[in-house]
Amino acid sequence: MKLLKLVPADTNIRFLKLRVPLFSLSVLLVIASWALVLTQGLNYGVDFAGGQEVRLTFEELEEAPIGELRSKVADLGYGSPVVQEFGAPNAVSIRVPLPEGVEDQPGAATEIGNEVVNTISSEFPGVRTDGNDTVSGKVAEEFQTSAILALGLAMLGVALYIWVRFEWQFGVGALFALFHDVSLTLGMFSLFQLEFSLQIIAAILALIGYSLNDTIVVFDRIRENLKKFRKMQIPELLDLSMNETLARTVMTSLTLLVAMLPLLFFGPASLFGLVAAITFGLFVGTYSSVYLASPILIWMGVNSDSFVPQETEADRQENKARAAAARSKA
Amino acid sequence: MLEFPLWKRLTLWGITLAAFAAAVPSILSTAGVEIPDDVSAPSVNLGLDLAGGSHLLLEAKPEDIASQRLENLEENVRTELRNAEPRIRFGDVSTAGGELSFMLDQASDIDRARGLLEPLLEGTINATRQWELSVVDTQRVVLSPTSGGNSQAVDDAMDSATEVVRRRIDALGTREPTIIRQGDTRIVVQVPGLEDPQALKELLGTTAQLEFKLVDDSALPTQVQAGIAPPGSEIFPFAEDSDFAGQFIAVERLGGIRGDSLTGAQAGVDSRNNEDVVNIQFDTQGGQKFAKLSTENVNKRFAIILDGEVISAPVFNEPIYGGSAQISGSFDADSANELAIQLRSGALPVPLTVVEERSVSAELGADSIQRGMLAMLIGSLAVITLMIATYGRFGIYATIALIFNVGGLLGLMAIGNFTLTLPGIAGFVLTVGAAVDANVLINERIREERKRGRKVIAAVENGYKEASRAIYDANITNFIAGVLLLSFGSGPVRGFAIVLIIGLVTSVFTALLLTRMWVADYIRKKRPVDLNI
Repeated sequence: MKLLKLVPADTNIRFLKLRVPLFSLSVLLVIASWALVLTQGLNYGVDFAGGQEVRLTFEELEEAPIGELRSKVADLGYGSPVVQEFGAPNAVSIRVPLPEGVEDQPGAATEIGNEVVNTISSEFPGVRTDGNDTVSGKVAEEFQTSAILALGLAMLGVALYIWVRFEWQFGVGALFALFHDVSLTLGMFSLFQLEFSLQIIAAILALIGYSLNDTIVVFDRIRENLKKFRKMQIPELLDLSMNETLARTVMTSLTLLVAMLPLLFFGPASLFGLVAAITFGLFVGTYSSVYLASPILIWMGVNSDSFVPQETEADRQENKARAAAARSKA
Repeated sequence: MLEFPLWKRLTLWGITLAAFAAAVPSILSTAGVEIPDDVSAPSVNLGLDLAGGSHLLLEAKPEDIASQRLENLEENVRTELRNAEPRIRFGDVSTAGGELSFMLDQASDIDRARGLLEPLLEGTINATRQWELSVVDTQRVVLSPTSGGNSQAVDDAMDSATEVVRRRIDALGTREPTIIRQGDTRIVVQVPGLEDPQALKELLGTTAQLEFKLVDDSALPTQVQAGIAPPGSEIFPFAEDSDFAGQFIAVERLGGIRGDSLTGAQAGVDSRNNEDVVNIQFDTQGGQKFAKLSTENVNKRFAIILDGEVISAPVFNEPIYGGSAQISGSFDADSANELAIQLRSGALPVPLTVVEERSVSAELGADSIQRGMLAMLIGSLAVITLMIATYGRFGIYATIALIFNVGGLLGLMAIGNFTLTLPGIAGFVLTVGAAVDANVLINERIREERKRGRKVIAAVENGYKEASRAIYDANITNFIAGVLLLSFGSGPVRGFAIVLIIGLVTSVFTALLLTRMWVADYIRKKRPVDLNI
């Protein structure tokens, strides 16, 4: 059987020739993402904004009358509602802010939700209530704090691990690549104003783990080659390492992609944001391990001596073991 | 590297098949096969976002617990000092700033007071001291709460609140609610199948503190309406749905009876006037107290107070013995039943507020499962096709490993009694896509080693050895991110983290160990001189 070869056997792509323009582009994209997040903001869902969110499906309509719903719900007097499509053209989520002090009145929030649903049901036939979320301001604030904390700790945690397993330059490279991936994902959510919820934070945390896989595989090969080819120029060595691991990078990105895409298109509506974040992050993560994490190694001055202290020790032991094995065989 | 002695083989297969077998009940129940109740097979729990139901996060305010505690202390201190022989007189009682302070009439009583109060200040359960006593200006006694005492009080109150919540929900007859304490002052309530939590929230929304207090008839009605209470009395409003809504009544502060000494409460109908009532029964001690109160106060009015609102203020027509009483107000059948449940389950020691609420319809949940399964099936087929087309025989090994991986993941979730949530389904799909990465790494490495001219056995050995390093590193960083994910967010997100973390373990196991065993067998049996990879 003739096997599929996605990447030709001996590639020799000069990845790092473009390192300066592409690195600059990445830095610009990171800045642009944060500018977007800070000016346009993220479209916080009920988890982070707090309030009362009702999800409805209009079973007899092709398309939900979003504009009309917005004014109908606004007329109820609970402040301006956020009405957006939710997964299907005839499904919406409607969020209204909770009035002050509502926490101390059990049932008040549900009554608001019921009022919203009843108002809409009386105007449109065939409205199905799919769900109802109420998050108080206090809990929403806690979610914000723990989200930022979890993201920060995850990035630091994995960067530290890389530092311990490789060298500090690799840790810096990984951290920068992660920061890039997370920033661009946030930028994408801000640009398209996709709803930003707890699930998206979960997706980004998972992404931190998975986007690092590529970086680690490349780093591992760089380390191996640094020991093997002492005399090689660093940019050349990095290019070699990336070419050697290219087949794997393409294949793994592809398997992840073909696994995630059906979920993106046919999966449950409530998962769209999460899956979109992970799929987007996979692309960005693969790119960043090639064009961000690796050039940083050059600029941080990684060279074949970086692993010498450990290596001589390891070598000595290995040699000793080999010699012993040879002797015992003999 | 490629040696697999019998014990190793048996262990690997044992673990694999056991985990896989544990997944069978979950797979069958998803496929619609009814599992008889007497078969106690572990099955994966479905989260509320898949099964449909309601989730409530209840919170108590520590201040409420502290003020309740202060009130109890005041009552006890008053009783102690009044019952002392000779009686210790005091005045100028204040509970400002969370401290109880009062002025003794005679400074010479200070040592006696200290001796009498000391037992009240000790902790009853363990050695944690509850209150500190200090004396200011020779005759003012100040009792201030200790921090240990306060946190213990919060802990006790939350424990009993959790118990009360459980009893109230059980009384609703809903199936398999989950009620657990979370953190210091929170309780999580999850009720599968309950889509409209309104009734539940109303049931939990009141503390149901029932009190019987004598009406102070000496109070001038005009003063009562103006909110001025005579000394030793306090003023309560009538409940909004009672016959005297909008009016106030003065009752004697001390000497009443609390509803926590009830043994039963039922909704009923008074046969004389067809009114909805709640019948209550006191325990022995409460019954005696109630008998005493009614005997001493025949023809006097008393107020039935629920959560600080007067339901009614009837007259003791005759002494009431036997420990039973009837509460009538303006009940209908539903509100009488609700109150009866609340009284039966005991009063909440502290008011609870709902700080987070989520409900999902069962219909949407079922739809999510169906779409998730379909997406996973398509995704898996695509991954498998890609793997076999690229790696041939080695792709088939990876595919079988993937099947055991997903089965084992499901099985371990069933054994650990974990909950599968909607994001958890995404976790499954992500695991399918990422799990083969280990095999990709190994197979690509074997290709490379062959290209460099190594013999088949050496290439395979080296492939596994050299690839393992990156595989472990990659999985450990994923694990770090997964653990942080686990510590973050609410139930559904945690469900995602659990799938990812268990998925990492099963992936490494199946991709590294199982495929290596199969590849080793193939090489040893067939002794191929070349590999089609």
